[in-house]
Amino acid sequence: MIRGILIGVLALGVAGTAFWGYQEHREKNAILINAENNYQRAFHDLTYQIDLLNDKIGTTLAMNSRTSLSPALAEVWKITSEAHSDVGQLPLTLLPFNKTEEFLAKIGDFSYQAAIRDLDKEPLSDKEYNALKELYGQSADIQKELRNVQHTVLNNNLRWMDVELALATEEQPNDNTIIDGFKTVEKTVDGYGETDFGPTFVNMKKQDDGYKYLEGKDITKEEAKKIALKYSGFGNNANIQVTENGKGSDVGFFSVSVQDKKSKQEANMDITKKGGYPIWFILSREVKDAKISLNDASNKAVKFLKDNDFENLDLFESSQYDKMGVFTFVTNENGVRIYPDAITVKVALDTGNIIGFTAEEYLRSHHTREIPKPKITAAEARKEINPNVKIMDESLAIIVNDLNEEVLCHEFYGTLGDDTYRIYINAETKVEEKIEKLQNAEPIYEDVV
Amino acid sequence: MTKRFIKILLIISVCIICVPLSMNERTVDAFSNQVIQHGAVGDDVIELQSRLQYLGFYTGKIDGVFGWRTYWALRNFQYEFGLPIDGLAGTTTKNKLAKASKYNEQYVKEQINKGNKFTHYGGMDLNKQSAPKKTGSGGAANKGGTNGGNAGKAGNTGQSGNAAKAPAQQQAAPQAPANPPKQPTAANVPSGFSQNDIQLMANAVYGESRGEPYIGQVAVAAVILNRVDSASFPNTVSGVIFEPRAFTAVADGQIWLTPNEQAKEAVLDAINGYDPTGNAIYYFNPDTATSGWIWTRPQIKQIGKHIFCK
Repeated sequence: MIRGILIGVLALGVAGTAFWGYQEHREKNAILINAENNYQRAFHDLTYQIDLLNDKIGTTLAMNSRTSLSPALAEVWKITSEAHSDVGQLPLTLLPFNKTEEFLAKIGDFSYQAAIRDLDKEPLSDKEYNALKELYGQSADIQKELRNVQHTVLNNNLRWMDVELALATEEQPNDNTIIDGFKTVEKTVDGYGETDFGPTFVNMKKQDDGYKYLEGKDITKEEAKKIALKYSGFGNNANIQVTENGKGSDVGFFSVSVQDKKSKQEANMDITKKGGYPIWFILSREVKDAKISLNDASNKAVKFLKDNDFENLDLFESSQYDKMGVFTFVTNENGVRIYPDAITVKVALDTGNIIGFTAEEYLRSHHTREIPKPKITAAEARKEINPNVKIMDESLAIIVNDLNEEVLCHEFYGTLGDDTYRIYINAETKVEEKIEKLQNAEPIYEDVV
Repeated sequence: MTKRFIKILLIISVCIICVPLSMNERTVDAFSNQVIQHGAVGDDVIELQSRLQYLGFYTGKIDGVFGWRTYWALRNFQYEFGLPIDGLAGTTTKNKLAKASKYNEQYVKEQINKGNKFTHYGGMDLNKQSAPKKTGSGGAANKGGTNGGNAGKAGNTGQSGNAAKAPAQQQAAPQAPANPPKQPTAANVPSGFSQNDIQLMANAVYGESRGEPYIGQVAVAAVILNRVDSASFPNTVSGVIFEPRAFTAVADGQIWLTPNEQAKEAVLDAINGYDPTGNAIYYFNPDTATSGWIWTRPQIKQIGKHIFCK
């Protein structure tokens, strides 16, 4: 009797477990398939976009009329951006995609710049035309390789998730067609090296030419310690550690960390080897409730910059974030604001101490400039602006435009509806270089920030 | 006799001196002592916006953040009243403003606390300027009445027309009452980022580096931003964060832990230009890194447990 019940219960248990296991298995599979599909979609989409890209570049080569060339190049730009986003959805550590992505970014930048240019006035140069031809050839190679991989994937029913699972169980996937295929693609791209886009092409990538304008002698570790101690304001009772930059950095710097023995507060700072300039400084401590006003804080920031020999700076933007004031300064030379020379100072609103400072952009771009006289007057520049914009303020400024060049502009603040805009009209060519819609305060949603 | 006369004279003169002094004091009392400038947040800004709105210069929302609309309103006010136009609310400007306008603090604060949509124009019944279910603010309505008399003053400067143009009333937004009283209802956000972007980044930073020193968290946030800038990565914050296998915290779900204030502050710092990593786009923990490839990247520096590389 008891045996019968026991068997019955056990049997039910086994059946239940089996059913549960089966459910789990199905759910897991459903999710796996879902994830797999995402990868597959990104991958097949990528191959399609590359096909399209190759096609489009091909057609632009054949075009002569400027009116059709501009839209075609814009199309190329759009395709590269979509292909780029597809690459971004494929699993990163499986495959080193950098070269492929860079290649796409390069074509994108090139086609964008050519598309927005007035090709009637400034047609594609021979060099650019050749660059385009070269890109055409290269995209054809990539297309071929990708199609190869695609073919194997489809034929052998390969799954990205298999690779993922292998990785998750920490087995090294030694032999995997997908990975090997992509490695070939990557190698192909790598072989292209740098395509020469001609003199007018400036890579839009953030320029990383180090701190080429810095002057002064190299400093020693001891000097770096002294500078950091001065910035931290801790006095002499502090632990200091200095480390040099690693090999991967294109500029030499010392990283100094200073800890106050009493309060245990820590300040960190990077200082350039050359000249001993402060790149950034952060003092980490808890900030109590705000006691001083943003205006007082901005005065402290101004004094701090003066004390540290940063001169001719204008307060350009100030913002209060809870208990901190953040101030951005730019160089002002004879009434011309130089936006690339930016310094940000962060002030704690409880005591008015400087708790952060970054001069990275300033150090990268600050140098003595020859500021040309504007060729057109502010009144002439005004005419280039959309008449619906109500101009509130004007001045002269140097900005970095889309082509990564410094240009002298008439700067206008204007309002349209509820928004405020900053508009830059080139003071030489009357070109509308840049229009920025200035950020409005954002309503606080529940529980955010 | 003469002594008494002198005494009277003295009293009179003291009165003459004191009265304007006390009046001055009263007007200064309106605001706190701070000079209010662009970017400021808080009570004084609420008062500034209310007063500017009373005169019809400010037509935006009274939210307690000194943004661009407040700035232009203040400059217009300074222009109309013959003050130096600097966009700063200093002592003189504040006094002039306090004299020319009325500020019904009780009304404004009440509206803000209730989360109502409201306005504060002079010369208009305040009851009509908000549409809530409030009942017991007869006081506010009364004050609105007296304000009406004052609008004439502003009229001298040619602003009453503006005030009259002001939208008669606005819809009430039936929002849950805001948490503590007197809070501004908006926040500054760095250009190009929303509070949600910051939140998402804070999540990633917290999941990736909550055991790290503050500077290490800023560094992780900076890497995310460097990737957005880099040609080799997606061009959006979410694209970078959710790129498969890019961040372990995303892969194992730690990104959905609730980040603390420090993580958010680190993200703000990074967005404001702090990059402790020297432009790194990769980092790894040498103790747990499984991929051999990451060791081939040129290293820049180590912060906390993470090595940052190009």
